[in-house]
Amino acid sequence: MVERESPQGKRVSLFVTCMVDMLYPDTGMSVVDVLTHLGVEVDFPMGQTCCGQPAFNAGYRQEARQVAIQFLKAFKDAAVIVTPSGSCGAMVRHEYPRLFADDPLWGDEARRLANITWEFTEFIVDGLGITDLNGRLPTPQTIAFHDSCHGLRLLGLKQASRALVGNLENATIVEWDNSETCCGFGGLFSVKMADVSGAMLAKKIDHIEQSEADAIITGDVSCLTHMNNGLQKQGKRPRVKHIADLLAEGIRDGKSVE
Amino acid sequence: MENRSNNFIAAAQIAIHDADLQTAVSFGTHSGFSKRQAAMFADGEEHGQAMRQQAAAIKRHGLNHLPDLLEQAEANMQANGIQVLWAVDSAEANQHVLEIAQRHNVQSVVKSKSMVTEETGLNHALEAASIEVLETDLGEYIVQLGEETPSHIVVPIVHKTKESIRDLLIEKANMPPTDDTEAMARFARETLRQRFLAADMGISGGNFILAETGSICLVSNEGNARLTTSLPRVHVALVGIEKVIATVADYATLTQVLPRSATGQTMTVYTHLINGPRQPDETDGPEHVYVIFVDNGRSDIYNTDYVEALACIRCGACLNGCPVYQATGGHAYGWVYPGPIGAVITPLLTGLENASPLPYASSLCGMCKAVCPVDIDIPRMLLDLRHDLVEMGKGGTVWNAGMKAWALGTKSPTIFNLGGHAAALARHIMPKSLPGPLKGWTDYRTSPKFAPKSFRQLWQERTGEADEQS
Ligand code: SF4
Repeated sequence: MVERESPQGKRVSLFVTCMVDMLYPDTGMSVVDVLTHLGVEVDFPMGQTCCGQPAFNAGYRQEARQVAIQFLKAFKDAAVIVTPSGSCGAMVRHEYPRLFADDPLWGDEARRLANITWEFTEFIVDGLGITDLNGRLPTPQTIAFHDSCHGLRLLGLKQASRALVGNLENATIVEWDNSETCCGFGGLFSVKMADVSGAMLAKKIDHIEQSEADAIITGDVSCLTHMNNGLQKQGKRPRVKHIADLLAEGIRDGKSVE
Repeated sequence: MENRSNNFIAAAQIAIHDADLQTAVSFGTHSGFSKRQAAMFADGEEHGQAMRQQAAAIKRHGLNHLPDLLEQAEANMQANGIQVLWAVDSAEANQHVLEIAQRHNVQSVVKSKSMVTEETGLNHALEAASIEVLETDLGEYIVQLGEETPSHIVVPIVHKTKESIRDLLIEKANMPPTDDTEAMARFARETLRQRFLAADMGISGGNFILAETGSICLVSNEGNARLTTSLPRVHVALVGIEKVIATVADYATLTQVLPRSATGQTMTVYTHLINGPRQPDETDGPEHVYVIFVDNGRSDIYNTDYVEALACIRCGACLNGCPVYQATGGHAYGWVYPGPIGAVITPLLTGLENASPLPYASSLCGMCKAVCPVDIDIPRMLLDLRHDLVEMGKGGTVWNAGMKAWALGTKSPTIFNLGGHAAALARHIMPKSLPGPLKGWTDYRTSPKFAPKSFRQLWQERTGEADEQS
């Protein structure tokens, strides 16, 4: 991966993502809480909507560009962009430069924003160099990870979330052999190929049920929705949590002093 | 081979509910995947990744110089006494084989595994000319007995359970009943041995063609490739034009990543470098060796952004690693090449309109690229193919309209927010089953629930910031 300018000491513009905005606003607040806890100044550009990935992944590039241009406009003053999604982060980092490759008007801005965009855990660990939030979960929890595909394979995210959770008091990480297996979401795939996606989800749910973890932690609310709503459909306990919510729980009262 | 890729969705659903197929494919792919993982990284992650990058560079180099390398290969082969033919499509490839058969008075043919001959439908062409043809790779032999097609490019019968293989051998080949896999293999081997001795012609594929020496390289585990290429009087190798690589040193790298990725072996049991027909001072080997370079749509890919698809060395790792392939098996893909690489090359070789569901047969999880020994960016090409479909007007009316409306609403923060408000208000009346194309979602999951207040509302409440939108 290309060396990027350090985001330390800079104001962070939060790209909360369309799904968090409308479905999981509390997760967005968790991100703000954790970043604020670390002394980071956060702003929220009101012009933001979506990164355009739904259209891009469906092959609708013109529509994706229209939405992406709104992103470029909304974040024109950003020095650092942080997003609680490996998938949307990868869209901006990997696909924007491609989407606007030959665009004289937006090309430079697309490349600039691609360079200053960080996924939430990556920003804390690789960007700020912090792995210990000095946090403590209210009650002991065993945690397994679901490494969401785009974060894992496009951004190389895996260690950051483990480092942060590993340092939370009361958190015990259990490794399982299913952390890197796709849950079957894939956006459009989950409706266009609903049966195949459903079969992948069923396998994932079997593994979740067999795991001893209290919570499965992931960095993307899209995978989270897919797994939790799948569990719910089968009458099982939805127990997939976003990493930001777990970390926010951890910093609420801080580490115990012994 | 006939292309039924447009039937992917229906075929996939049948496969998902086929219990035997599920057992067999799940076992086969997971075992293939974990063996690959162990072999590729036996000397550490860094070493394995370095091998991949080296192999990737070699195949890209081969592709960049493809026309020159093909000419060089042809010249060196001819100098070694190999006769070289070119086939623009399936019909011409099969015609070449039939003419060679006629020239040498061939009645019976033995074949070792070759995917390109599946493309051309060679077996049918031979049978139509009353030439007997026998597949000698154990998996392909069983495929032939069952009158099926291979469902995997390395393990043709990965979709079959041991029991169904046993039953087939008993029914079609008069095997004495047994449950012992070794006894089954021994039975097949003995049956095949006799046929090798009687065959007039052996047909093989080619894993690599070495331009520098004009050699045909084959890797195999059963020894059948050696018998196919050395016992009969005539040997014909059919190879895709993309198989040519520059040097012996290149081959040394590729022959390390291929077996590791395919079967998790450091080396296959047999490696063959065939340099030509029997020489006057030699006691065995075929009298005549032919190589047929098959294009069959490849050169159409060559000058496009999809050229890297031609770097594929047919190891099958992307199939084993793919969660879609694991769920559906190979036949659902409808043509010769299944799995992620099949989802790319089937539309490219047979026409996007004939395989339009395949680019969507992926969650874009990226596993295929991660395991590919030559680092082919399959997800990127799937996305590009989706774009091509939309450009061709094949996105589907409902999706076309939906995406347009979505973009209209999402490129404007004002409309986007209004939509958010509406969704929040409607959250209590979300139906259990979503309508139209979204119905598939609620077949397997509950509907997503909109929050009473969006993040931006919470943010405004917290910060007291006014709603200024750019
Ligand atoms: S695309 Fe890569 S992983 Fe898939 S079969 Fe070809 S070489 Fe192997």
